[in-house]
Amino acid sequence: MADPVVAVVGAGPAGVRAAAALVAAGVRPVVIDEAMRAGGQIYRRQPEGFLRSYTDLYGSEAERARAVHDCFDALRDRLDYRPQTLAWTISDRRIFTSGPAGQHVLPFDALILCTGATDRIMPVRGWHWAGCYSLGGAQIALKAQACAIGRRTVFMGAGPLLYLVAAQYAKAGAHVAAVLDTSPVSASLAALPRLLAQPATLRVGMGLLRDLRRAGVPVHRGVTPMEIHGEPDHGVSGVSVRTSHGAILAIDCDAVAMGHHLRPETQLAELAGCAFAFDRMIGQWLPVRDADGRSSQPGVYLAGDGARILGAVAAEAAGELAALTTLDDRGHRVCETARQDAKRTIARARRFAEGLARAFPWPREQISRLDNATILCRCEAITVGDLRRSIAETETDEANRAKAFSRVGMGRCQGRYCGLAAAELISAAVGTPVEAVGRLRAAAPVKPIVIASGGRCER
Amino acid sequence: MSGRFVRLAEAGRATITLFVDGVPMRSLAGDTLMTAILTARASLRRSEFGGERRAGFCLMGACQDCWIWTEDGNRLRACSTPAVDGARLCTQQPATAWPTLS
Repeated sequence: MADPVVAVVGAGPAGVRAAAALVAAGVRPVVIDEAMRAGGQIYRRQPEGFLRSYTDLYGSEAERARAVHDCFDALRDRLDYRPQTLAWTISDRRIFTSGPAGQHVLPFDALILCTGATDRIMPVRGWHWAGCYSLGGAQIALKAQACAIGRRTVFMGAGPLLYLVAAQYAKAGAHVAAVLDTSPVSASLAALPRLLAQPATLRVGMGLLRDLRRAGVPVHRGVTPMEIHGEPDHGVSGVSVRTSHGAILAIDCDAVAMGHHLRPETQLAELAGCAFAFDRMIGQWLPVRDADGRSSQPGVYLAGDGARILGAVAAEAAGELAALTTLDDRGHRVCETARQDAKRTIARARRFAEGLARAFPWPREQISRLDNATILCRCEAITVGDLRRSIAETETDEANRAKAFSRVGMGRCQGRYCGLAAAELISAAVGTPVEAVGRLRAAAPVKPIVIASGGRCER
Repeated sequence: MSGRFVRLAEAGRATITLFVDGVPMRSLAGDTLMTAILTARASLRRSEFGGERRAGFCLMGACQDCWIWTEDGNRLRACSTPAVDGARLCTQQPATAWPTLS
């Protein structure tokens, strides 16, 4: 009989640590990774031939990044690594992938999903102009390509990435025109007790603020974004916001990095049949996970920011925990101390994440302020007004119905960047809580793929 | 405005040449197609829906805003495709010959 197939999707901090724990137990996992090299987004590696040091690239997290990379490199002969490969659906306990070698179908006995996150976006009028990027995107330009997204960049939104990426840009010699934070100072103070759950992380955050001030970067708290100015052929030319004092602040720039923390990439968990529940604290639907990393589907485990945004340190712990639970469920003997350690790390990160949710709240009230001309769906240029009209005309109060009538969420990003805002807009328009609006159903393929005939099944 | 992206480091890499819409464009080995094009130009393509220029958004293969094409019609995500010396690319989808269904 063939060995059981244990698959890991994603090779960021969670996927790498999951793979390592499996290999340590004598299992040879299949690791499916969209990237060219393991590391994920936060510890994304620069291409071969680039010369910047780990400290240059990852700052205070240099040693963690190096450890994750070294860990994976040391495993390479003991696992089946499939880089540049997209897992585009899961059906009937099989993973469908598309990669350099074409289409494959991989039946699995156990699956650990470490699918990571993308930026959570609240639209701003003008966010479709060329030169407007997600905060994560702005960071990748710097980390993976040694580029700034523009000559004068404004960072706008809220959350840890806002300060991290702005500080990284300033340190790398880019011109940071301003940091415009939608969260008020009072929110950070109220969050402090929970943020003390990870004092080292809190210190890093305070350090970023200090670095920005030393670099002379203006930092404004409690702003309300008004418009990203620009025009069709030349893109972004400036930003205007209302300050916490009520004044209008206009800043010239040719680039904007925006976002409000992150959202998990949960499509594969949903396609695998995992149950979801709404989390009121962060206002997002998350796959249900028990304390050991099991989803509601037997044999499917969840780890890292793809299950809940807890950051890279917790992702490493959750990856290891999910792998140990997988092994335990499959009859291996596992180290209980390691499991308890991982759970403690995750518990601290959860408390810290509650603090972040309070310090940098998702500005759901902004959705009602958006004028009808604001683009909501960037993919297909559908406006806030289009969706408001569609909701009124069709008396829609549910996300998937609204998508069917308005096409918001039907474009090529599949609702990743408009879906949460669209749900808030429906909620505000019909006066129901956002959880009653539901969530956009995941659809295969989870990203556009080249249509090819057939697909080889491995057993 | 010429380029949009600004190189801050790693400028000592070997030079390569791409052809974008038939025009030669010098870039550096290790660039993605997005970096190669946006260090020389302000945008990648035109939105089919709104008509304005676009220059990508997420850089992690999720938003699909950075689609460009090879001259023979293969669609690429510029943010996650390495630039290769001599590559020939189009910022508009090349005319496609659809198979006749008869």
